[in-house]
Amino acid sequence: MGLSREDVIKVAQLARLELSEAEIAALTSQLGDVLTYIEQLSKLDTEGVEPMAHAVEMVNVLAEDVIEESFDREQILSNAPSRDDTCYRVPPVLGE
Amino acid sequence: MTLIEQSATELLGLLKRREVSSRELTGAYLDQIDAHDQQIHAFLRTDRDRALQQADLIDRRRAQGESLGSLGGLPVAVKDVLCTRGAVTSCASKMLENYVPPYDATPIARLKEADAVILGKTNMDEFAMGGSCENSAFGPTRNPWDTERIPGGSSGGAAASLAASMTPLSIGTDTGGSIRQPASHCGVVGLKPTYGRVSRYGLIAFASSLDAVGPLARTAEDVALLLGVIAGHDARDSTSIVQPVGDYRAATRRPLEGLRLGVVSEHFGEGLDPEVAQTVRDAIDLFKDLGATVREIAMPHSQYAISAYYIIAPSEASSNLARYDGAHYGMRAPEAEWRDGGAEENPLVQMYRSTRAEGFGAEVKRRIMLGTYALSAGYYDAYYLKALKVRRLIAQDYHDAFEQVDLIVGPVTPSPAFKLGDKSEDPLSMYLVDLYTVGANLAGIPAISLPCGFSSDRLPIGIQLQGAALSEELLLQAAGAYQGQTTWHSQRPELA
Amino acid sequence: MSGTAYTTVIGLEVHVQLDTRSKLFCRCSSQFGAPPNTQTCPVCSGQPGALPVMNLRAYELAMRAAIGLNCEIPQFTKWDRKNYFYPDLPKGFQTSQFDLPMSQDGYLDISDPEGAFEERRIGIIRAHLEEDAGKSLHDEEAGKADSRIDLNRCGTPLLEIVSQPDMRSAAEARVYLTELKLLLTYLEVSDCNMQEGSLRVDANVNLHIDREEDLIATPIVEVKNMNSFRAVQRALEYEVERQYELWQQTGRKLGDVGVTKETRGWDDEAQLTRAQRGKEESSDYRYFPEPDLLPVTATGEMVQSVRAGLGELPAALRTRLAREYQLSPYDADVLVNQGRSLVDYFVAVADRCGDGKSASNWLQQDVLRHLKETGTTIEAFAVPGEQLADLISAVHSGALTTSRGREVLTHLISNGGTVAQAMQQLGIEEVDQSELEELCRELLIANPKIVADIQSGKTKAAGALVGQAKGKNPNVNPHDVQRICLKLAAEM
Ligand SMILES: [Mg+2]
Ligand SMILES: [Zn+2]
Repeated sequence: MGLSREDVIKVAQLARLELSEAEIAALTSQLGDVLTYIEQLSKLDTEGVEPMAHAVEMVNVLAEDVIEESFDREQILSNAPSRDDTCYRVPPVLGE
Repeated sequence: MTLIEQSATELLGLLKRREVSSRELTGAYLDQIDAHDQQIHAFLRTDRDRALQQADLIDRRRAQGESLGSLGGLPVAVKDVLCTRGAVTSCASKMLENYVPPYDATPIARLKEADAVILGKTNMDEFAMGGSCENSAFGPTRNPWDTERIPGGSSGGAAASLAASMTPLSIGTDTGGSIRQPASHCGVVGLKPTYGRVSRYGLIAFASSLDAVGPLARTAEDVALLLGVIAGHDARDSTSIVQPVGDYRAATRRPLEGLRLGVVSEHFGEGLDPEVAQTVRDAIDLFKDLGATVREIAMPHSQYAISAYYIIAPSEASSNLARYDGAHYGMRAPEAEWRDGGAEENPLVQMYRSTRAEGFGAEVKRRIMLGTYALSAGYYDAYYLKALKVRRLIAQDYHDAFEQVDLIVGPVTPSPAFKLGDKSEDPLSMYLVDLYTVGANLAGIPAISLPCGFSSDRLPIGIQLQGAALSEELLLQAAGAYQGQTTWHSQRPELA
Repeated sequence: MSGTAYTTVIGLEVHVQLDTRSKLFCRCSSQFGAPPNTQTCPVCSGQPGALPVMNLRAYELAMRAAIGLNCEIPQFTKWDRKNYFYPDLPKGFQTSQFDLPMSQDGYLDISDPEGAFEERRIGIIRAHLEEDAGKSLHDEEAGKADSRIDLNRCGTPLLEIVSQPDMRSAAEARVYLTELKLLLTYLEVSDCNMQEGSLRVDANVNLHIDREEDLIATPIVEVKNMNSFRAVQRALEYEVERQYELWQQTGRKLGDVGVTKETRGWDDEAQLTRAQRGKEESSDYRYFPEPDLLPVTATGEMVQSVRAGLGELPAALRTRLAREYQLSPYDADVLVNQGRSLVDYFVAVADRCGDGKSASNWLQQDVLRHLKETGTTIEAFAVPGEQLADLISAVHSGALTTSRGREVLTHLISNGGTVAQAMQQLGIEEVDQSELEELCRELLIANPKIVADIQSGKTKAAGALVGQAKGKNPNVNPHDVQRICLKLAAEM
């Protein structure tokens, strides 16, 4: 199936990855090769086959609604790249 | 044999009989790391003081006659993909270079409960993506048998640290072969347990439906010892298996009787190095001598495993790695790069893009791109959904095979360890190396890699045994029986 | 508005917070109002390596609501990841449900007690269980300063209820929301408190314009930021007018090149909707099955037992109250809309005094007004149902006039006690019959003109004596005074 330069740019936008021109070129060819190899799947008839999303097919794993103590705020915020006393800080969210 | 070259089981005996203290042992391994890890780079971080403190505490408790956990003072190295409370856990990524988890992963908590001494965190491919350990943001690990060569990946540091006698036990993770491949390349034993047998809580996810935490060591019995500590149900992981844990150590000493082995002829076809093929065949013959019967089995969909895997794993990864965006933890690109300017008028979006561009290495970006593409509108059915269906067919192949045989036997990798840089420019050729290992992850079954010989270049070669879900005891029994008859696992590389 | 006839087409997407103690995937408290980031843990703050475990109670409440909405419960349901980047979403995805929701194909009947529209059945496409995001706290000067992120709400269980585009006016949309909220509170699955964000509404609206056999649809607009039912109605009314005018000006319609769904935000101060900056490629959420959560299967018995435990729901309750207590549909509606506790109170009063109509009147005219004035609820109302019932009986028997009854009620509200005690403390006594006759006789003797009027057939004249009688004894019953005066005058 291959992959175009425009596909790469569009996917990078979805994935929030800034790519250099060199990266775009490399990814276009490398991912193109991988996708061409993966093309082999289309030869396989999978009509009526149930998709398998989990390696262990269990169901109904649910927990009781019991409160456990939350973590100390400092523990959670201590890794934040930017913060104040109580909150994470991020660049302004536009479009609200 | 020096102290540090002994097996974990032997060392445990010495500790119990107080012939050696945990402090002495821990110190000896730390010294070995100090002496040789400049060259090997198996570890990303060690904390001598903390490790020795822990060892002292255990020694004191032993002296007071307290009963200790089942690792009673044994050092363990941990792959840097498992969260350790209060100590950096980086996943070998610039993105998490300074990330200090506020909690312990369940396997780490169990190691601590078992009174292990955590030596340090081992190197790996960034976010466990790779088969060579070259994708670490902090420099590659080198193979102790030949430092021009890769140790395998992604648990390259885990395997190399064992081969270089820097630890008696190592924890790794395996998403598509990441325990078994480096174990094979470094001449040690590595077990990928049944999916869900060891909790994934606190394992920094690569591909959630494939990831497995498992033990590496130099002998089957040591692997069994470590598995017994980390395995078992965990209510914090919804996919954790409830069934009770077996007596793995006892299994390694059980004599082998009437074992039915299956061989997949495609696994000995094109692309397999002749030396590897011969070595593995010799190992199979030894199993015959141990009373095993061998028959050929069909795995008609095994040729599709790489394709399915390289859709499913990157798809899950693209979602799992979305959280690394500079907002809540980890790296954030310098403000000057996104506050005013960049391609995006929205500084938040530009911050995401710059952060992810700088924080991730090339292979991680490649897989995020591949997975994002496979899940995106218009391609989902052709790629992701198709891959999930093929996954079912592959799992069904295994199911059918295990109706006829107890274990499937074959190579772990197509060739012995290759040279650093050999495949860096060709991702597809790197992916194809996973041919024999990804099936077990797709099907969720356990598999073990055992040293079974050396190439003419004196590079270790491994053999893989795969079993049905929850057949860890049988795998370890076979591995123990094999190692009872061979000495491959006791050979050591010469370190410079 | 002149011109072509059109039909308004409205569908609503409602998110309600389920009334659990802990969050959907971790056991942090989901209580509203805690200081920022004090109810988080590795799971809900999206720390690397943390994993979700589904809250059983959240699933049960979601199923309860879905069955109350007459939805089908498929045997198999699973969760999916909805991938998008936003700082209140620390994992970079929301765990939600995509192609196999836990419920689908239900309906909610709505009717307008004032008769503005016929009873209508609004289809429910699906109701599914998902997690909430955190909160972005923006500084006033939007777009300048950093946003601050609070993850306390992150991971709170939400039920998303998506209606069919079955509503034909803003008023219908409001009634649908009112009825939905009532149902969910009867089911005790959510407190539906809009101020605290436990109920949020997004509306999709467009117009179908009839034109020369042709049906033209205007572009669909999603309206957000409405924080009351009144605001929903206003926003939709505004949007209908705006879309019609825009169509007249531009002729742009659904299906034209470049027409995509637009998102507009309601500005309650300016009373208009404004275009919101669209998140680029926001429709490509790359849903896929959540690998960290396992599917859930619902057995027939499970569904049956939830159904059996739902209790009496508003629609059935209205019918029963009207039938059993001879209430008008309007009165039954008013009572039921106040919630289950008030209905329970009503039933207690009506059963004891044996008069549903009076019980309903007293509740609506006196009790509800008092609750409204004091901002309290029926649960906190000081007068037990049996006392109100006794009060109503006393009015019936003539022991109390209606206005003295009100005095008694006021006294009971502030002092408690029984009706008899209140009457005693207020000095209300039953007037002895002979005493009353004596009083009437004195009044008649003192007012010969009135006696003459009565005797000449002007019976109304007796009314003038009532005020005088009350002045002499406040406990007299005006009807009795009138009756006795007429009788005595006739005998004189
Ligand atoms: Mg939603
Ligand atoms: Zn939490």
